[in-house]
Formats: sequence, structure tokens, C-alpha cells
Amino acid sequence: MSELAIRVEDVHKRYRLGTIGSGLIADEVKAIYARLTGRSDPRLTVDQEKDLQRQGMDFWSLRGVSFDVKKGEILGVIGHNGAGKSTLLKLLSRITLPTKGTIRMTGKVSSLLEVGTGFHPELTGKENIYLNGSIMGMRRAEITARLDEIIEFSGIEHHIDTPIKRYSSGMKVRLGFAVAAHMEPDILILDEVLAVGDSAFQKKCLGKMQEVSSKEGRTVIFVSHNLSAVKTLCARAVLLDHGQVTYTGDTSDTIEYYLKANNAALSNVRTFGDDLDREEFKLEEISFKSVGGTVDELLDEYHTIEIHLKIHMKRNGNRSRVNFAMLDDHGVVLFVFSSARGDVHMHDGLNHLVCTLPEGFMNIGTYFLSMYLLQDEKTLLHHEPNIASLQIHEGEREVGKWMGRELGFIKPRFDWRNGSV
Amino acid sequence: MTKVNVENDHGQHWDVVVSPDQPWWNIDFKEIWQYRDLLLLLVRRDLLAIYKQTVLGPLWQLVQPLLTSLMFAFVFGMMGRMAAEGIPPTLFYMAAVVPWIFFANVLNKTSTTLVANANLMTKVYFPRLIAPLATTLSTAVSSLIQLALFFIIALGYRLFAGYAWTLDSSILMLPILLLILVGLGFGLGVMVSAMTTRFRDLAFLVSFGVQLLMYMSPVIFPLEKVDQGSKLRMVLELNPMTPVIEGFRAVLIGSYMEWTTLFYSFGWMVGVILLGLAMFRRVERTYVDVV
Repeated sequence: MSELAIRVEDVHKRYRLGTIGSGLIADEVKAIYARLTGRSDPRLTVDQEKDLQRQGMDFWSLRGVSFDVKKGEILGVIGHNGAGKSTLLKLLSRITLPTKGTIRMTGKVSSLLEVGTGFHPELTGKENIYLNGSIMGMRRAEITARLDEIIEFSGIEHHIDTPIKRYSSGMKVRLGFAVAAHMEPDILILDEVLAVGDSAFQKKCLGKMQEVSSKEGRTVIFVSHNLSAVKTLCARAVLLDHGQVTYTGDTSDTIEYYLKANNAALSNVRTFGDDLDREEFKLEEISFKSVGGTVDELLDEYHTIEIHLKIHMKRNGNRSRVNFAMLDDHGVVLFVFSSARGDVHMHDGLNHLVCTLPEGFMNIGTYFLSMYLLQDEKTLLHHEPNIASLQIHEGEREVGKWMGRELGFIKPRFDWRNGSV
Repeated sequence: MTKVNVENDHGQHWDVVVSPDQPWWNIDFKEIWQYRDLLLLLVRRDLLAIYKQTVLGPLWQLVQPLLTSLMFAFVFGMMGRMAAEGIPPTLFYMAAVVPWIFFANVLNKTSTTLVANANLMTKVYFPRLIAPLATTLSTAVSSLIQLALFFIIALGYRLFAGYAWTLDSSILMLPILLLILVGLGFGLGVMVSAMTTRFRDLAFLVSFGVQLLMYMSPVIFPLEKVDQGSKLRMVLELNPMTPVIEGFRAVLIGSYMEWTTLFYSFGWMVGVILLGLAMFRRVERTYVDVV
């Protein structure tokens, strides 16, 4: 058994709903008096009280989470909003304590939930490097030893003696990252902070992170929404759902499980009702079917597939267009296609767009469509990730032919000829 | 939240154990020591940041006690004749105002540490006690400068005003007086900071309460001027700050002092610190959930 860096054991976290005080002593005294005399809490409305009696006062953000992390491993934690990712992050970072259960860690632990924590606007860049660094748990001598490196990494040598209230927000982020990148903990707890900063800088940070964990054997826990970042960085991932671990395994398996679980009701039609009723548009329905078929039939690898999109444009319909991105079940974009490339225009009112893929274009598998509504070829009105999933089943094959799945995601039919007649 | 070395069944060694059941008295002083650099940097930040973009800078530290003393000297000394005989009123008031402001600042500032540092504490872990300790230390530094100002002014009186100011062996009590003063302020402040995470109204009450407490301690008049057995005398004697303020006067301007009364203040200090730490420890673990 290789050595463990982190062991999370049966961790629960409860948050109280409703009873978090109004912050006034008088209210609290009334509540205590009411409790003593057996009457109802005066701070709650009758409805609230009924609710609480029905479902209890507590919200369990984590319910019995357990997992181990080996030394030197980069573990991803994924899950949708409200799954308990942030709570887990706070517990691992020791910002708050679990209600039940234990987290054990070995070595020096640092967490990065925000860049530039504790920056003071009146102090200079250099002074803030020291302040931020020591808040993140670095010793003064460590910071001094790496000061030149940090300043160089941040790329703001010229302003290092200027109070940071004169910095642009981008400069502050870079300075914060530079400090963070030079921390040397044994365990690093990392939130989705990489989402900020420009892309060149982001690349620099990702590279630094990979280097840190692969060369120097550090353990990293990376909590993120960004599936491709998790996929790039982590070998193993944990999936959280409603406060419980529902899947642990290779990152790609976990992500696949997550995407499939999210689209449990696989159907070729998705109607939106009032879910996507916005100022500019209202999305009505998206569906798939084969030419001449119905939406109730399964689609297979030989079909000519039509994508039907019903969208009601409330204004500027003629200036708008729709882009789709086709994603594989790991969240990787396979290709993008646009209504602007066919000679189709939208108008105000209900539009029924039909896009036909070439015959037998998609290979067997589960795919995800993500929709972008653009105006004037430049403004993004709306991005709907995961608008629908497309399930392509195996078609009937002639006996004697190979029965397995061909490689790749698409099977385009190109023109071929043999030049040596 | 403390670092404990635990061996599990596989002989695995753990440095950090996060679990809900940790007693309040289990304060990890070793960990606080490891974070001493942070403590010093926070003190430095407090001292530096306040006076950036001011003309006088840290000199402002000296203005507050000086003006307060002059005001008291004028109002109570000249008009009310409250000061002790034969002592310049400015010195008489300063000898009490400097330690009082010291105490009041420590109490007021530590009492808001948890709420004021919430943005830090929701983002990163460090031993939470570092925050009130840093506030106390930075306040102590500025108060010691104020104390130095007293000596300079007293020396001025001796050289130019012909007042025979001297120090005697009671100066040896000064460190003990300072300790009790800081201890009382820190203990009460930490206690209040634990409570303000739930009841924000306390913050207002405290600054008012500290002012009120000043009038219940011998800052504006000497204790000996108050009649034995009067109600005011009783209130004054119950106030743990009374022996401390009297003690400072005894050291600084040589007034009479019953030194044994200092044990009463010391007892209060120990009690207040223990209770304050207990409350603080109870709140610090999860206060970010409700703040």
C-alpha cells in the first residue's frame, strides 16, 4: 500500500436553515424565552414553521463523505452546483469544522480558495507579497528566498514598490498567483481560481501546477466545474452528488459517469417550457430525428439525422444566429456548426430551424450539444451548455462484417478515386 | 483544528487532524509559534497601513493622549480642582489617561477582530488567535510610544517648570501593571469578539461601555479624594481597573498606592482571559458558517 496523504472519513457537515440569528440580542432573548415557555419561535412565520416541522431545521451539505488520496496524487473533485464541493473544500482547508467525521492529512497543508487573500491596498506590492505569503502559511525566510522569482513570475517588476491600490485588477491577480505558485506545501487544496487571469498567464499557472506535483511529489486536490481542466490535470476524480460520493475512479470514467447521470432521461426531445424565457428570446424545444422518422425512434449510426430547434425571437431575430458545439462524453468539443453557414436567416417570432447532418455522419456513442445564440456575429446573447444529449446506437450490420465500434466520433464520407486507372 | 500526531492501524502518520470534537483548552501554542511571522507581519501591517497618506504619520499616536490629557487638565483640573495637590494637572491626568487609552484601545480593537477579519478567515486557515494577538500587539506598540511621551513631558516639567519630578523603585512594577492592563483588555476583547459574531449590537455597546467604565475608575480624580464608604467608592473598588490606574499614577507621579489591591486586578485578568479564550475557541471553529 502506498503512503496516504489525506484520509477523509465519514465526513458530515450540517448547516442550519432559518435559525441563524438576526444578529439582534433582543430577538435571541425572545426566542430563548419562547423555547422555555414552550411556545413557537417568534422569529419564524407560521409557514416557515410548518416547513421546518416537515423537513427539519437542518441542511446536510455533506452526508458521509469518505475517500483517500495517495501521496503525490492530483485528485479532482467534480459535481454540479450544490453537490457539496465548496463545503468539502472549506473542510479540507480547515476554514470550518465538520459536524461529524474526521479528515486526516500528513505534511504541510495550504489552500488556495482565492488569489491575493489579505492584500492590503495601502501597502506596496512587495509588502503584500510578504503579507499574502505568510497568510498562506509561508515563513518569512521562505518568501525572502523566493522573492526575486515571485516578482519575475508576476511580471510587474516596475511597480513592485507601488501601493497596490494603484494596480489594475489584473495586476493584483498576477501578483496573487505569483505568490501562490511559489508556495511549497505537501498538500495543496485548490479551488477553481484558475478561472481568472488572462490565458497566457493561466497556461503558466497550470504548467507550474503540473510541474509542482509531478516533479516534487506533492499532493493536490483540485475542485472545479471545468471538466477539461480536471481532465488535463488529474488522474483520478471523485464525483459528489447531494453531499455524497457517487463515483470514484479514473478521471475520464468519473466524468463520463457524471455526464451520463446528468442526462439520465435520454430522450430525443427536450421542451423548455418557461425555463429559458429571456428578454430577447424564448427557447421552446430541441429534438432529433432521422429523415422521414419520428422523435420516438432511436437513432443509429446509419441515419441521416436532423436537429430541430424551435426558438421564439422577441427582437432582432434577423440579426441573430445559432451555433452548436458537439461534445463527446468527456466534455471535449468535437466540432462547431453554425446557422450562418447555411444560408438561413432568423426572424422575429417563432423560428423552426432544421439542421441536417450528412448520412451516417455520427459514430456510435453519447454526445452532447451546447448552444450559443449570437447577435451580429459577435455578441453572445446566450450560452446553454448541455442543451441536449444525442444518443447514437449501433445500427444493424451485415453478418460477417466486423461488429465492434469503429474508432473516432464521426464517419465523414469523402470523395475517393484511384488515380492509376 | 490542532496538529496532533496520530498513528492509525497501518502505522500511517498524520500531522493534521480535522474533527469536530476538540476541547477549548487544547490550544496549540506550538502552531501559533510556527505562525509567528504572520503575527509580526499583521502587526506591521496595522502600524504601517493606518498612516499611509497622512502628513504626521505615526505622530498621530501622540496627539490623542496629549489632547485628552490637556482637556481633562483644563476641565477638571482648572475648573473642578479634582487633581491631587502639588502635581501639575497635565501630568496628573496623563499618568492615568495613557494607560486608560491603552486599555480601551486593546479592548475596542480586539472585540471586532473576528468580524473584521471575516474576509480572511473564510478564505484561508491560520490559528484564529493570531488575529486578536496581532491587534493587541500593534495597539501595545503605539501605546508604549504614548508612554514614552509621558516621560518626555515630565522631564520637560522638571527642567523648565521647576517641578521636582522623579522616579523611584516603584518603576519595577511597571511591567506587571502593563501585563495586567493588556491581559484585561485582551481577555475582555476576545470575549466580546466571540459574542459579536452572533450579536453585532455588542460592538456599539462596548465602545460606549468602555467610556462609562472610565468614569467608574479613578482616571479623572484620585481614589483618595473619594470618601470611604460612599457608593462611588464602592463602585470604584469593585472595578478591576482601579488598582491598575492607581498603580500607574504611583509609578509615574509618585502618588500613594496600596499595592496589595493589585492582586484583585490580577485575579480578574486570569479569569477574564480563561473565559475569553474558552468562548473564542468555541466560536472560532465554525463562526464562518454564520458570519
